[in-house]
Amino acid sequence: MRGLVFFIALVVVLLIGAMLPYAVTNAYVFYAGFVALQYVVISTGWNILGGYAGYVNFGSGAFVGLGMYAAVFLFKLIAAPLVVQILGAAVAGGVLGLGMGYMTLRIQGVFFSIATLALTVVLNTIIVNWSFVGGARGITVLAPAPTWFPSIVSYVFFAMLVLAVLSIATARWIEKSWIGRGLAALRADEQAAECSGTPTLRLKLFAAAVSGALIASAGAPYPYYASYVEPASAFGLAIALNALAMPLIGGTRSWIGPLIGALLLSGLEQAATVTIPTEVNLLIVGLVLIAFVVAAPDGLLGLLDRKSAKGRVP
Amino acid sequence: MLFELGANAVVSGLLLGGLYAVASLGLTIAFGLLQVPNVAHPTFMVLGAYCAYLGNLLGVDPVIASVIFAPAFYLAGMVFYQAYFVCFERRGRGNTLQSFTFFFGIAMVLEVALILAVGVDLRSVDVGYVGKSLAIGFVTMPYRFIIPFVIGSIVGGGMWLFLSRTHMGLAIRAVAHDDKALRIVALSPTQVKRHAFGIAMLTAALAGAAVIIVNPVDPFIGREYIGRSFAIVVLAGMGSVPGTLAAAVIIGLLESLVITFVGATWAPGVAFAVLLATLAIKPSGIFGIAR
Repeated sequence: MRGLVFFIALVVVLLIGAMLPYAVTNAYVFYAGFVALQYVVISTGWNILGGYAGYVNFGSGAFVGLGMYAAVFLFKLIAAPLVVQILGAAVAGGVLGLGMGYMTLRIQGVFFSIATLALTVVLNTIIVNWSFVGGARGITVLAPAPTWFPSIVSYVFFAMLVLAVLSIATARWIEKSWIGRGLAALRADEQAAECSGTPTLRLKLFAAAVSGALIASAGAPYPYYASYVEPASAFGLAIALNALAMPLIGGTRSWIGPLIGALLLSGLEQAATVTIPTEVNLLIVGLVLIAFVVAAPDGLLGLLDRKSAKGRVP
Repeated sequence: MLFELGANAVVSGLLLGGLYAVASLGLTIAFGLLQVPNVAHPTFMVLGAYCAYLGNLLGVDPVIASVIFAPAFYLAGMVFYQAYFVCFERRGRGNTLQSFTFFFGIAMVLEVALILAVGVDLRSVDVGYVGKSLAIGFVTMPYRFIIPFVIGSIVGGGMWLFLSRTHMGLAIRAVAHDDKALRIVALSPTQVKRHAFGIAMLTAALAGAAVIIVNPVDPFIGREYIGRSFAIVVLAGMGSVPGTLAAAVIIGLLESLVITFVGATWAPGVAFAVLLATLAIKPSGIFGIAR
């Protein structure tokens, strides 16, 4: 029953999203909406590994950048349509996640995090040296005019909305299935989970691949959106920090937490861009992140739970 | 010609190793021995570099300035560890991943604070020896690399003596091993760790001076050192000072060879390749004990 409600809600959101370009003419709505939805995809994708399995990925910026450049590469190579670009980005991200996971998750979770810390620098290095996709100078991507949508920005907005809906559906499916229970078990105690027959390594690798694919796919529509990509901003600092902050602020135990976090943070950012410099904004996000990690490690959802559990006997 | 090029690359790699050693020793203690994943260490090193820059503006040699600032870093480290202890370890939330996130947040906040305070321009120190070099035969060694190498050797050697010869050093290594046992012999593990963390932070001040002597510094430079320092600590074998020195030289050599024979733009990838190779082949590192 709940599943049905959830499904219908997603379909309704998609239908509204498809209609929006004809109802709203103000382009700002789509520019801002694109960023908010991109945050939803990144946050939800990150949470599949970071929240459900408890393995922190500090390299979200690298995955998003990889998605952008996979899209640029496919566009330049065969003038691939957006769908193919997104699929290509997802495959690249999945392979990268799987590879990173395979190299490091067998040993200790700490090493996975350390490796992801270094990942952004490495991918940046590769792109800077790769002149086909523009190198350090960056590359201009002129998107062809879309057939069904009035403007390119509403087109990428809708693409991002589809991605957001897909990622939330994936996250919820993982959470409710045996995979989610297995991940929760290994998060609580990896050895105990392993001993009771949970295939921990396979689950971790699966989560790493799905998470990587989703985060990378969030980057794929960006070249069409901004029509210019360059490595310094593609592998920037903000995404790595935001990807971590959003689920932690919202709550990492359920798919709804990252959604709340993403909407809050993108809302804050939209409000902040007109009033304060980007650096101050990052500073605030960093401080809020620290506050949550210290005081409310389960995020806003955890705070609500704690409040409602107060009356009960533990 | 090729031989001369190679010899120069090897020598500058060795010198670079000295710089990387002093940049990583703090993490060897904090992460290798105390298991505190202080991702913010390289950012504190950048702060140290700006302190040296500040001293230089007032006409003090950057190395001497960093020695003057070092006690402040030591105290800040103790306070920092106490905050970490109160927030995580005392509550029995020794969850490494949460503390990882905590330090990542600190690193970001510090980096942004530095951007706001000093701007994004490159800053360098103005001292006589930067720009001069020592030529022995066909090998040229710029003094701006020799000085950091000397700092690295002194700090590395000193750290090794401190950890193996002094009472406090032994206590630090003991707390890494088994902190309950320390309580039994009536030492406070927290106090020892606080001390150790202060020392780790102290090296950040010295490393900062070394970094700004080698190259101009901007607030983002810490990010390059995160991967590199962790690669060195893991390759060394967690918590081993001789290992750190050896690993720093290995990475310095590899980077220098890549810069000479492949291209400078590829150098940032070296540390990551070494890190992944270490994790895949020998996760305990060269000087580490298997666990």
